[in-house]
Amino acid sequence: MELTKLTALELGKAIQTGQVSPAEAVQAARAAIAAHQGENNAFITVTADAALERARTLTAGKAAGSPLWGVPMAFKDNICTRGVKTSCASKILGDFAPPYDATVVEKLTGAGAVSLGKLNMDEFAMGSTSETSFYGAVKNPWDLTRAPGGSSGGAAAAVAAGEVWYAIGSDTGGSIRQPAAYCGVTGMKPTYGTVSRYGLIAYASSLDQMGPIARSAADCAAVLDLIQGRDSRDGTSLPGEYGNLLASLTGDVKGLKIGIPADCFGEGLDPEVRKAVLAVADVLKGRGATVEEFSLPVMEYVVPTYYIIACAEASSNLSRFDGVKYGWRAEDYEDLTDLYNKTRTQGFGREVQRRILLGTFVLSTGYYDAYYKKALQVKAVIKKAYDEAFEKYDVLLTPVSPTTAPRLGESLSDPLKMYLSDIDTVPVNLAGLPGISFPCGLDGQGLPIGAQLIGPALGDLTVLNAAHAFQLETDHHKQTPKGGDAA
Amino acid sequence: MTWETVIGLETHVELATRTKIFCSCTTEFGGAPNTHCCPVCTGMPGTLPVLNEKVLEFAVKAGLALNGSITQHCKFDRKNYFYPDLPKAYQISQLYLPIVRDGEVTITWGDGNHKTVRIHELHMEEDAGKLVHDPWLDQTKCDYNRCGVPLIEIVTEPDFRSAEEVIAYLEKLKETLQYLGVSDCKMQEGSLRCDVNLSVRPAGSQELGTRTEMKNLSSFKAIARAITYEAKRQIERIEEGKRVIQETRRWDENKDATFAMRSKENAQDYRYFPEPDIPPIDISDAYLARLWKEMPEMAEAKRDRYQAQYGLPAYDAQMITSQKALADFFEETVALGAEPKQAANWIMGEVLGGLSARALEAKDMKLSPPTLARLIALVKEGKLNRNTAVKVFEAVFDHDGDVDAFVAEHGLEQVNDLGLVRETVKQVLAENPQSVSDFKAGKEKAFGFLVGQAMRALHGKADPKAVNEALRAALAE
Repeated sequence: MELTKLTALELGKAIQTGQVSPAEAVQAARAAIAAHQGENNAFITVTADAALERARTLTAGKAAGSPLWGVPMAFKDNICTRGVKTSCASKILGDFAPPYDATVVEKLTGAGAVSLGKLNMDEFAMGSTSETSFYGAVKNPWDLTRAPGGSSGGAAAAVAAGEVWYAIGSDTGGSIRQPAAYCGVTGMKPTYGTVSRYGLIAYASSLDQMGPIARSAADCAAVLDLIQGRDSRDGTSLPGEYGNLLASLTGDVKGLKIGIPADCFGEGLDPEVRKAVLAVADVLKGRGATVEEFSLPVMEYVVPTYYIIACAEASSNLSRFDGVKYGWRAEDYEDLTDLYNKTRTQGFGREVQRRILLGTFVLSTGYYDAYYKKALQVKAVIKKAYDEAFEKYDVLLTPVSPTTAPRLGESLSDPLKMYLSDIDTVPVNLAGLPGISFPCGLDGQGLPIGAQLIGPALGDLTVLNAAHAFQLETDHHKQTPKGGDAA
Repeated sequence: MTWETVIGLETHVELATRTKIFCSCTTEFGGAPNTHCCPVCTGMPGTLPVLNEKVLEFAVKAGLALNGSITQHCKFDRKNYFYPDLPKAYQISQLYLPIVRDGEVTITWGDGNHKTVRIHELHMEEDAGKLVHDPWLDQTKCDYNRCGVPLIEIVTEPDFRSAEEVIAYLEKLKETLQYLGVSDCKMQEGSLRCDVNLSVRPAGSQELGTRTEMKNLSSFKAIARAITYEAKRQIERIEEGKRVIQETRRWDENKDATFAMRSKENAQDYRYFPEPDIPPIDISDAYLARLWKEMPEMAEAKRDRYQAQYGLPAYDAQMITSQKALADFFEETVALGAEPKQAANWIMGEVLGGLSARALEAKDMKLSPPTLARLIALVKEGKLNRNTAVKVFEAVFDHDGDVDAFVAEHGLEQVNDLGLVRETVKQVLAENPQSVSDFKAGKEKAFGFLVGQAMRALHGKADPKAVNEALRAALAE
């Protein structure tokens, strides 16, 4: 059996039926990591030995209730793992090993997950290409001269390259969905508040949400079943019914009303992306959905609103990294202010500093009302526009990104252009909605194209089910990069 | 020219919750450094604050007691600044929607003076840690035990005109919060701290002068002295033709003077913004109604009731209600059958005396109401005389010992055998013929001597009244 070709659910089933042992699965993952890490740099920390040890303690008999028992996976490096370096791809946390696990880590561990390590990313999840990592850029397994997207680039690359069967990423403005699109895998940002943020090192608290990157919508549903749920350690987590997404995936989209916001298909959209995304509508129509174009006139505001709010929160969230308590500290300093200045100037990369400065500015006396307060007001308007759209439609179909994966280095030279390419993903975070990104074809250069389905708050099942219906009908999600298999 | 001093107060009060405001660490005072903290209160990466509902309840109760209006949709905000005692580099506080606004407190002072002080707002926030500077090692050490200890900050309007009024307000605030059980207001442990905003202006003027802020005054005495000093300093400056600079000043207890810390020009920009990790709090009418119902009887109400229900003099009612623990002690003692005036006398005399001799607060007293009630009962039943009872009181005060056992063990029970008393009196008269003749010659002093002799012969255990009567009778024979 060629294990790395399986989906997470298929491998889970093979483990449950005794065809494969968790240890064999870990060995396969380890071999794949050994084969690809040198070229794609998807991992910051590989914990293969610990994974193997843990896999040997997992007996298939305990698998009841967890379809992913024994399946190897990995966490983005901004998710706290007890005793394992959690650096956020930053120099400033280069020696930080938290004394606690994130809630998602606890939950997945309890469900038999085997972690192979920590995945590379943009420093503090700030970026759209995974090039700002202190540990070097991640490369796209489909074309090693291209970026995998970001900030969960390591997660998407590792899943695409067959190094793990699924990964947990985080999405503040598209950081799960956009790299999933660039790497030809499926990624889901669930409704804000459905996955506990406890243990996720915050970038922008009101927008951050963790979610899965995997090989299919069904795999994502299985992972979400294990990690969603109210958590007493996160005041923003929502109460509700959780744990039955996978069982509820029918692929039935008869009568599903799909809205296509024309504003997401205008200027700047690559024609190949446009064509592939609209083809998704045709497939779902073929299975009984109705499709209608409509206008969502808030799109021109989403990027500035997002960057003001995200950077404002980040400037505060990242203030704790001051060299006093943990992490890296500058060596020579005169006094307290000098300690702060040097540690933070030398410890943070350029993009992180840029966003901290921007965020500090918009919160300053005299600018607060003009920027931050206004952004909060616009955020409310954006949310309202989406709420109104969902009075008419069950899901919205959009691109994930206006283009396919850019060449390495291309985006960093023009940050504003990089920010603008977030237009399709950031409103989903601003409105707190669920969004799924899944492959819908390849462009002329053989690079994956992603489509996005957005649902109303707590409509996670609806978007998963629509993506699942598409994947029952097509095999775009089964495409793998050349040389993407383990030896 | 006559000057008027204008003062506003910001008072930080530590709430008496068992656990911290955003985690379950203990709020207990002291402890070895960094033993009362966890990843949440030290702001470790990835951790999140979750509001302790008791903190909200205590803040709302305080707001109700201060006659404020409760903000039923309230939020927390972040106050951002770098300092090593603040591990997140922001303090979770409230700026835009504080839990309480527009309260008022009536204060009384001196000889029947009173006024109403307006409360601008009351908000919830977390305390910071403590820095310990070691000059020998040239090091600063951080102790995060206090991080996340819940505080309320109560901000008044500039309604005070003298130190006396300020102290009256603080006494009243302390009494109110102690009665509510929301704080123990121990200044020596820092659970009540005051910042004083002070300016002066010509008497009769309506405009406010330039103010200074004096931070972290930690005793009523320091507050009163700092106010007196600072008002005088400002008046002198103005009279010398100088300007008062808006600045923060530090009160130096040893030098009895205030010193400039930082001026307004160097003021920090705290970049407040809504705390995204804590959802807005919506307070229902039902919740407010429940807390109203749970509000305890406050000191003033008790004072009135003690006079009406127990017939206590106003002075007694005032004394006993000055501390909630004393009032509770009094009520429990009375509930156990003690006559109210007797209980009041014991509490104002022996109990307060015992506490003050030991520098204890009533709430830390070991003596229990059943013990005092029993003592009072023994006196009433004639089994102990008052003087012996005081001795027993002293013996049981520190450990709340068993009164009956002590009396039995030391054979202190009152001698009520009248035959024995008469017998003893006769013997005393026989032994002291000189005193007898002195008495008969009209020297009343001799009677006192004879009583003393008889009591001594009875080991002090007789009822003095019975001894008196027996002696009079014997001398009249």
